[in-house]
Amino acid sequence: MLEIRNLHVSIDDGTTMRPILRGIDLKVKAGEVHAIMGPNASGKSTLAQVLAGRETYTVTAGEVVFAGDDLLEMAPEERARAGIFLAFQYPVEIPGVANIYLLKAALNAVRKHRGEPELDAMDFLALVKDKLKLMEMDQDLLYRAVNEGFSGGEKKRNEILQMAVLEPRLAILDETDSGLDIDALKVVAKGVEAMRSPGRAIILVTHYQRLLNYVVPDYVHVLVHGRIARSGGRELALELERDGYAGIEAPASGNLAGIAA
Amino acid sequence: MTTAAYELDDLISQGYQHGFFTDVETDAVPRGLNEDVIHVISAKKNEPPFMLAWRLKAYRHWLTMTEPHWATVKHPAIDYQDIVYYSAPKSMKNGPRSLEEVDPELLRMYEKLGVPMQERELLAGVAVDAVFDSVSVATTFKDKLADLGIIFCSFSEAVQAHPDLVQQYLGTVVPYTDNFFATLNSAVFTDGSFCYIPPGVRCPMELSTYFRINAKNTGQFERTLIIADRGAYVSYLEGCTAPMRDENQLHAAVVELIALEGAQIKYSTVQNWYPGDKDGKGGIYNFVTKRGECRGNDSKISWTQVETGSAITWKYPSVILRGDNSVGEFHSVALTNHYQQADTGTKMIHLGRNTRSTIVSKGISAGHGSNAYRGRVLVAKSAAGARNYTQCDSLLLGDRCAAHTFPYIEVKNPTAKVEHEASTSRIGEDQLFYCQSRGLSAEDAVSIIVNGFCKEVFKELPMEFAVEAQKLLGVSLEGSIG
Repeated sequence: MLEIRNLHVSIDDGTTMRPILRGIDLKVKAGEVHAIMGPNASGKSTLAQVLAGRETYTVTAGEVVFAGDDLLEMAPEERARAGIFLAFQYPVEIPGVANIYLLKAALNAVRKHRGEPELDAMDFLALVKDKLKLMEMDQDLLYRAVNEGFSGGEKKRNEILQMAVLEPRLAILDETDSGLDIDALKVVAKGVEAMRSPGRAIILVTHYQRLLNYVVPDYVHVLVHGRIARSGGRELALELERDGYAGIEAPASGNLAGIAA
Repeated sequence: MTTAAYELDDLISQGYQHGFFTDVETDAVPRGLNEDVIHVISAKKNEPPFMLAWRLKAYRHWLTMTEPHWATVKHPAIDYQDIVYYSAPKSMKNGPRSLEEVDPELLRMYEKLGVPMQERELLAGVAVDAVFDSVSVATTFKDKLADLGIIFCSFSEAVQAHPDLVQQYLGTVVPYTDNFFATLNSAVFTDGSFCYIPPGVRCPMELSTYFRINAKNTGQFERTLIIADRGAYVSYLEGCTAPMRDENQLHAAVVELIALEGAQIKYSTVQNWYPGDKDGKGGIYNFVTKRGECRGNDSKISWTQVETGSAITWKYPSVILRGDNSVGEFHSVALTNHYQQADTGTKMIHLGRNTRSTIVSKGISAGHGSNAYRGRVLVAKSAAGARNYTQCDSLLLGDRCAAHTFPYIEVKNPTAKVEHEASTSRIGEDQLFYCQSRGLSAEDAVSIIVNGFCKEVFKELPMEFAVEAQKLLGVSLEGSIG
């Protein structure tokens, strides 16, 4: 479904181009859940944002193929319509725009792209109510402005709610677990777990392995200094939990991981 | 970052959609202004002597005044002798008695603009008093309104049919000495709308006027007078678009509202005059004086405006709160793009006891646009218990635009409460990307963000107008489930 080859990404910090990702290779197949872990500033969030099409970053080399298409050539909205969803680490507030309005506009944009008819208000509401229940969210939240005045936990749940409504083919969750208490974490995990299906791939970007107790990944990759330093199964996350990232060195050159799942 | 900035630029530099010119023969007086021209205007309109006398007083006073320059707007000097002060479509000479008699060219133009005429107006429930250049072309629903005793007609018609009402109220809110542009208007105004709602009558439909500047070099000097008698209610809509034009055109309208005891007037405007091109060439100069007076106790006047057009907007719809317990409101969205300049706001003059006013102003600046809020809240000594709440928010798109806020607050009664809040924000790349990552195009993303910003004001607009307002900001606003 997704294939990343030798991806190099830099950010323009005003004077120079500072490299962040330095040769990422990754293959993700439908039905798989991949966890991307790593210390602060290793490039995890950058990878998530680049996949979603953030233009703050410059891709200097490499390619990304999503469902046969050159992902890097696509605008962010085209990627979303093609089935990529990014759950933001810091969901953005949009004052005055009702949460449900953005959700409906988003779903209809995706449906239109798929050649499906737009949902009318009644059908849409029925669909959303269903997903709200799953996320244990209050209906009030639909009518409040997008993320405005939401607590940290509400923002994260709202991201998962959007994902549940949009039903992406590839969901990328950028530190969705950070800042959540254990109850909220369980709810979020339940939402993610409910999305798991043979036709869908999920990439979990996370610092900690505790989310992985609830959403068990098929593969774990450790990102260090912009490269995948190690890849493995579920047990790698537990090892990291025990030993920390200290023992993992960035590969000197080339790519050691490249797990062909 | 750079790519996103360019995209934003593309989105906000969409061309003006209403740029077409209607070819109608016009009947104009020569350029320039002197007492003869005023005599000609008054004679052409077959006015009673009091009107001519009033115009001449205004003209003589105007000669003693100088153009004001305190606003944050810049423009080349206006040559007041190079303006045609009267022009009427030729086909109007004998006046159409029904829509069938209206110049089909005009009807086609209104059709292009989406003005609901003929059957469509029935469906929309809107009575349209269409102003084409300086003369009203068609007034509809008049009979229906007449049954309730409501007078809704062109100003010229009111001067003929209801001279007493005109004489009683004209210039009582905006005197002919008021300011340079209002005084000029008083001398040379050609037409506009007149509305009188008798005591206790609730006007059953939104009253609407479409203004359109057309004939070349014709200054537009509209005059609108609305009177809501004791306990009456009226909602009035004013909407404007203008054809593409290369020369600057002066527009100096005056609107006077009078609410007697227990009466309510709601006045909504969507203004979309030609703003000039991308380089700031052309566009309408809009110097407007709009003022309402809550003359009776327990009366209410509210202004709602959405200003997206004109090269220059100079406009401060105000309320004089004379009656005790009277209420004034001002809700405004002003958008400036390219080289547009807007200096707009309101005045709330509290004279009566327990008078209340609310001001909500939303300024959006894009391109090289400059947007200023200028507001004055005055609480006189007599206004015990007066309250005001003011909120001014500015939204910036891009990094070459400007937003200014000039609140003037003067309180002479110690029991008054006055609050002022202000904010300035920028459409973030973050917000754009967030919406795009949910499948919305960048264009739709800007639209919903801007509409969200304006929501408090849009919800004050009558339904029909809210739709127009959304269109003007290039958007589809929140649906019924929002």
